Amino acid sequence: MLIRQAPDIRSSEITPERLYRNRREFIRTASGAVAGAIAAGTGFGPEAGRLRAQKPIPDLRKSPLSTDEPPNSFDDITTYNNFYEFGLDKGDPARYSHEMTIDPWSVRVEGEMNKPAADVPLETLLRPHPLEERIYRLRCVEAWSMVVPWVGFPLGDLIKRFEPTSRARYVRFETLYRPSEMRGQRGRSLDWPYVEGLRMDEAMHPLAILAVGVYGKTLLNQQGAPLRLVVPWKYGFKSIKSIVKIQFVEDQPRNSWNVAIPNEYGFYSNVNPEVNHPRWSQASERRIGSFFRMRTQMFNGYRDQVAGLYDGMDLRRNY
Amino acid sequence: MDMSVRRVKPWVFAACLIPLGMLLWRAFTGDLSANPIEFITHRTGDWTLRFLLIALAVTPLRRVFGWPWAAAFRRMFGLFAFFYALLHFSTYLVLDFFFAFDLILDDIVERRYVTAGFAGFVLLVPLAVTSTNAMIRRLGGGRWRRLHRLAYVAAIAGVVHYLWLVKIDIRPPLAYAAVLALLLGVRLWFRFRPRPAAAGAESRAARPRIASREPVVNAALRRGRSKAAGPLAGS
Repeated sequence: MLIRQAPDIRSSEITPERLYRNRREFIRTASGAVAGAIAAGTGFGPEAGRLRAQKPIPDLRKSPLSTDEPPNSFDDITTYNNFYEFGLDKGDPARYSHEMTIDPWSVRVEGEMNKPAADVPLETLLRPHPLEERIYRLRCVEAWSMVVPWVGFPLGDLIKRFEPTSRARYVRFETLYRPSEMRGQRGRSLDWPYVEGLRMDEAMHPLAILAVGVYGKTLLNQQGAPLRLVVPWKYGFKSIKSIVKIQFVEDQPRNSWNVAIPNEYGFYSNVNPEVNHPRWSQASERRIGSFFRMRTQMFNGYRDQVAGLYDGMDLRRNY
Repeated sequence: MDMSVRRVKPWVFAACLIPLGMLLWRAFTGDLSANPIEFITHRTGDWTLRFLLIALAVTPLRRVFGWPWAAAFRRMFGLFAFFYALLHFSTYLVLDFFFAFDLILDDIVERRYVTAGFAGFVLLVPLAVTSTNAMIRRLGGGRWRRLHRLAYVAAIAGVVHYLWLVKIDIRPPLAYAAVLALLLGVRLWFRFRPRPAAAGAESRAARPRIASREPVVNAALRRGRSKAAGPLAGS
């Protein structure tokens, strides 16, 4: 597959200075959030999680790709999470994720690319990318959904910087593996570390973003701080959290849920009301905070933008 | 003994309502999580299984530890199992799907854990309906007992329902399965254990053995007889 080369002028060079400084400010405050977390680390329960000082990210660009549906409350978004690294209960991530240290943070980028493999400090990784708000629907495979105002930037922009070669057909992601701080990893609920992957054209799609914040503030740990994937047309488990490794690979990676229960979770995991899951009706969903179930939309309502990626594919077999 | 059971009963009844009370309190204080319907569904489901196991534990406890008074609570526990099952099913029917019968039918047919749970609930209905003394008399002790063996099937269906619905961590449903297996195992042991009594004594021992196994049923039958005006009166 041919990947378009990045333009000669790097985006960092054309970013207005004001935005650039704001990002520096954001990175500084993100570090400050960590200090706050340590101070609040003696607390218990979801309150302790919320005490993590979430610093605002100023001057966010709005995106035409945002939905105009009303976002879920900050409380909903930060207390009802699936992040099995901290436990299986929806409240566990809010209760225990403050035990995870997110500073310093670096991301290993390697694989089939022209740039040399490197451990990139988070600050360096984020620096060239202007941040924008993306209000997306999030559909969990468990048949509930939310609307989340993410703060992030297109994954494709980051991928271009590392110049993947034509052999890079997939992008593979890994979550932090640190059982001492992630109590769920001390059990064997899944094969740790958590792994996810995207086909290169999916990863390059403008809707796929890397998120660093929510509601105009830095991410809380339970949401996958400091860096997570958001792929709004796929079930939530594809949107891997607390990323420490990005690899460009030739073969389709085995994602963790596919390894755990292959007949239930495939690689693609596109939101599809017509393909049944043995546990949950995918025909309808409960939007958190609303009483009536709503019908689930093909590709979670992003059909117009992404259906072309799957032309000619049997989505029943490639679930 | 009888008097103290009668005195304790209202307290046990009230204690069985605590799970519901806690749910109502959480609802009142807005503490049902971001997904209240799921929360209510899970809690009422948990308590259905717990009360089923408690009800099924009565007879083994009575026989192993010789607690004859425990039998006086069996019907109450069984009915509370049905009560929480009814809340569980109503939550699903009304709060979760709001009578969207096309989706519900699809759910029951397509998802085996819903099939198992629904079957378990349906099996509990005749047991609740025939739980009164009048129904025990109408059916007669033998038929009533045979019918109420469905409680084992319902409990198995309930545990399987739980086992099939969890995503990855099957330890909680396995814990329920282990307790259920133990309770059913005790029954089987009492049924098939080698008896020292001679073969001739076996048939004569049969009636009192049943009588000691099901004192509630027999009490209901006795009460019915003494009230009935007819050939059975006074027997």
